[in-house]
Amino acid sequence: MNHYAPWKNTLIVFFLFISTLYALPNLYGSDLAIQITGTGDYVVEDGDLESISSTLTENNVDFKSIGIENNNILIRFGDSKSQLSSKTLLKDSLSRNYVVALNLAPSIPQWLGGLGGKAMSLGLDLRGGVHFLLEVDMEAVVSTSLDRYYNELRTILRKDKLYKKIRKEDNILFVSFKSEELKNEAKKVIKNDLPDLVILEGSELELEFGLEVSSNAQTAAKSSALKQNITTLRNRVNELGVAEPIIQQQGTERIVVQLPGVQDTARAKEILGAVATVEFRLVDEKNDVQTAIQSGKTPSGSKLYKFKDGRPLLLKTTVIATGENIVDASSSVDQDNQPQVSIVLDSSGGRTMLETTKEFIGYRMAVVFIENQVETIIEDGVAVKKRSKTQDIINAATIQGTFSNRFQITGIDSSREARNLALLLRAGSLSAPVEIIEERTIGPSLGADNIQKGFISVLVGFALVLVFMAWRYRVFGLVANVALTLNLITIISILSMIQATLTLPGIAGIVLTVGMAVDANVLIFERIKEEMRSTKDIQKAISAGYEKALLTIADANITTLIASLVLFSFGTGAIKGFAVTLSIGIITSMFTAIIVSRAIINLIYGGKKVEELAI
Amino acid sequence: MSLKSLNIPVIDFVGKRKYAMIFSAILLIASIASIGFQGLKFGIDFTGGTLIELGYEKTADLEGIRSKLASADFKGTNVQYFGSDTEVLIQLEPQAASSAQISSSIIRMLGEGIDVRRVEFVGPKVGEELTNDGGLAMLYALIGILIYVAFRFEYRFALGSIAALVHDVIIVLGVFSLLQIEFDLTVLAAILAVIGYSLNDTIVVFDRIRENFLATRHVEPEPIVNEALNQTLSRTLMTSLTTLLVLFALFYLGGEVIHSFAGALLIGVVIGTYSSIYVASTTILAMGISKEDMLPSEKEKKEIDARP
Repeated sequence: MNHYAPWKNTLIVFFLFISTLYALPNLYGSDLAIQITGTGDYVVEDGDLESISSTLTENNVDFKSIGIENNNILIRFGDSKSQLSSKTLLKDSLSRNYVVALNLAPSIPQWLGGLGGKAMSLGLDLRGGVHFLLEVDMEAVVSTSLDRYYNELRTILRKDKLYKKIRKEDNILFVSFKSEELKNEAKKVIKNDLPDLVILEGSELELEFGLEVSSNAQTAAKSSALKQNITTLRNRVNELGVAEPIIQQQGTERIVVQLPGVQDTARAKEILGAVATVEFRLVDEKNDVQTAIQSGKTPSGSKLYKFKDGRPLLLKTTVIATGENIVDASSSVDQDNQPQVSIVLDSSGGRTMLETTKEFIGYRMAVVFIENQVETIIEDGVAVKKRSKTQDIINAATIQGTFSNRFQITGIDSSREARNLALLLRAGSLSAPVEIIEERTIGPSLGADNIQKGFISVLVGFALVLVFMAWRYRVFGLVANVALTLNLITIISILSMIQATLTLPGIAGIVLTVGMAVDANVLIFERIKEEMRSTKDIQKAISAGYEKALLTIADANITTLIASLVLFSFGTGAIKGFAVTLSIGIITSMFTAIIVSRAIINLIYGGKKVEELAI
Repeated sequence: MSLKSLNIPVIDFVGKRKYAMIFSAILLIASIASIGFQGLKFGIDFTGGTLIELGYEKTADLEGIRSKLASADFKGTNVQYFGSDTEVLIQLEPQAASSAQISSSIIRMLGEGIDVRRVEFVGPKVGEELTNDGGLAMLYALIGILIYVAFRFEYRFALGSIAALVHDVIIVLGVFSLLQIEFDLTVLAAILAVIGYSLNDTIVVFDRIRENFLATRHVEPEPIVNEALNQTLSRTLMTSLTTLLVLFALFYLGGEVIHSFAGALLIGVVIGTYSSIYVASTTILAMGISKEDMLPSEKEKKEIDARP
């Protein structure tokens, strides 16, 4: 009685060995580092490593080591001064094929890293950083796709002069006809050429019908808008230089963006949410802008625009080039120390630009900055989306000579704006407006505080329980303490192995588990005490205590597990972290408190003649 | 053999259950009245809005911050010290035009060189969703537990444990409402954890009640329940104590962010311990539990017979 088979003991020792091994990486601190990643499909290679390391050596920068880890170049530093100066240095010297970001790199010894050992991954509330939830304006997506269909429909039906009139109303296209034959003919054409447009049920009159975009096509448009926005956001985040960003879809219309370690959150916000682009148009020099304003009629082929300060100007409706033609953009200052953005156009944009500037020397060309914004406002207690579009002329300069794909935009207010504009033009525009609907930013100082406070409360809570158990249950209490310690190690090793994100509520979950984990042992020990009152056979009492308590422990833990699984599925960041550690803690505590503690008790008392139990 | 001769305390819990019922009724009525009249002080997780925590090098000038905010026409602002007088918490109700940019403009307005410790912005729609999801989570947890307990024990036990849980949740909410402590997502998580904890306690007692019913020839339920409560008493208190120990550590050392989380758990554990002794067992007694209800079905009988 009270004896575990050797294989059972071996298995327990093996389990504990593995968990201790994989909990170990958390003992090593981390190094200040710079992480260099290739953008797009580009992957950093040994050649990059050599050139970067020689750049650093030439500039007399002190660094601990440099190497390629997980397709990133990682440079470790001894102090933050050389880390920061190297970032500026490398950012300036490397081309845009690379993302240069500050990071913390765990300094795990090689043998441990080789075994796959990793430290726990810390959540934003512990390491500092920004969490954004962005919502894509899907109504705008639907209406844009309707506009596209509207144009296609007109082109197709115009070929054979089928329709009389097309009008757009509440996301429906109404087409009217001169005769029933033409209507039927048009139906056939639409069915063949524009299968995504379907006739709205009940909308058909004698000489008219309404068309709507089929729900499949709408879903497809929405999901492609979401994907494209994710790509653009990823480009923008790369431009910001963030190590280990998370950009992923949530549901059908939301995107989560997490940027660990970002300090300038205001800029991150400006950049992520901006739906901005530029257009290049000729100034209408033939008509007078004041006459147009007074008469209220803009001449055909022209449109009225305004500078930021409100000065009006007539611009031609024909667009020379748009932001989509821009392949590169960078900000700098001109001779007069004014901020400017240098633009490189693609070949088709460059061609049109060359033709235009050749033909219109001496005319003025305007740069129009277009920004779409969407925000949710509360109207009579209901949240509604408010969209706004601003179109400002940045500048209008006389074309002095011909140019094609390379030129500068001047007239920008500040160098900060120039930097942002260049970044946005480089990274591409968002295909649909997005709105930040949730933000959670934790500054680095609070993150560090949280780690420290979390660590201290685990430590103090743990110590209190250890003392209390040893005092109340003596030898058995010490055994429970060993089990509790092993439980803590096992939780940490599982968190490290599955790389679950540890958050402050997660730490609270660990603390709570520490308090509750001893429950199983308390149940067992109280039961053994009780058994000892009715039997003289101590071995029997131990065994009965464990056995009778088992079912109760299982019942009690399963119900707690149900509650924590509900918490997990509820799934908002803070709560999820708590649910994860609590669930893991409940499961591991059953193992350590029942099996491990029994193994130890067996080793101490099993098979021996025991006069009295220290319990 | 009587309990006394076994050196187990004999406290007449069951006999005193009338007083406990009155006590619980008072707590419940007070809680419900407070929740009904002054409601809960919901945090921005649920109401939507903006929260900014700033760190200053010296004592922060709250009046200065308030007047700056007022001059910029921000509505429904609350400025207070947070933890110490060098840290300031600014809370804004959802503005007519709520956006994530508000925090940026406030930080810019208050000047350079301030340590931005925390910014939270929750849009109106998100707040609404979190409220709904939170309510649903609570409901799902209760239903899941009801099913499990009904399956493992008997429906009267399930109702008894749910009565205890509802009792605990209402009282914790009542304390939060009465003291107007902010109710945010972490507090919701704490309440769900309280549900788990209180249930844990109740199940242990129920388990013992069932065991005693099966082991004795007594038929009167009251002494059996009372005996079970006494037998599990030292375990109930021990576990509550260890849990309270770690919660005190969290409450005092865990920092402001999880202060109310730890607070909710502290109240919940105390109430949960009380309710598993008084409320849960009182409910099953009131519903008329008897030995016949405990008799195992044919299948379970075989399992029991097979035990050594």
